Amino acid sequence: MYAAASIAVLVVMVMALARAMLGSTVFDRILAVNTFGTLTVALIAVFGFLTERPDFLDIALLYALINFIGTIAVTRYVVLSRAGMADEGGEWEDV
Amino acid sequence: MALALDLLSLICILAGAAAAMIGGLGLLRLPDVFARMHGAGMIDTLGVGAILVGLMVQAGVTLIAVKLLLILLFVLYTSPITTHALARACLNAGVEPLARHLPTDGDGPSKR
Repeated sequence: MYAAASIAVLVVMVMALARAMLGSTVFDRILAVNTFGTLTVALIAVFGFLTERPDFLDIALLYALINFIGTIAVTRYVVLSRAGMADEGGEWEDV
Repeated sequence: MALALDLLSLICILAGAAAAMIGGLGLLRLPDVFARMHGAGMIDTLGVGAILVGLMVQAGVTLIAVKLLLILLFVLYTSPITTHALARACLNAGVEPLARHLPTDGDGPSKR
């Protein structure tokens, strides 16, 4: 059960990474990386139960905190610095 | 009783894994950012949430279950905030949703 859940979470993490690499705008990448972080939290929790040593839950909680702060920070940085614009005043294109 | 709890946690964890798979497919295949946020929301709430609830059932009344509950509450609080901030940033930056039947205010990015 835990192994199946771990494998499913890993497959979804690969999907999120693919979206982060493909994504047409920089916001797609931010969204995919945020989802990747949330899935990492789930993977840490499930892996703790899989190895019968659920001592990593503190790390999972910290990872959730850092993921939230990091995503908000990167979103603000991208918007304020207009990083991800193809040219000045242009559209949000492939970056 | 133990068998029933095991079965309950099995159902929760497998449902969470299935929901995460569906959300991942949505994240990968939907057409634009705003649509992909739905897939990400499904992973964040139903996927991770059901997996964590299943693990809580498996842990019983222990400190581990409390930690899992804290993680679950935190994920459930922060995921909508993140998605909301990202959607507002997209709209402010002028990323147009792929909506065909909505009225638009002329050419150019929408100002909000």
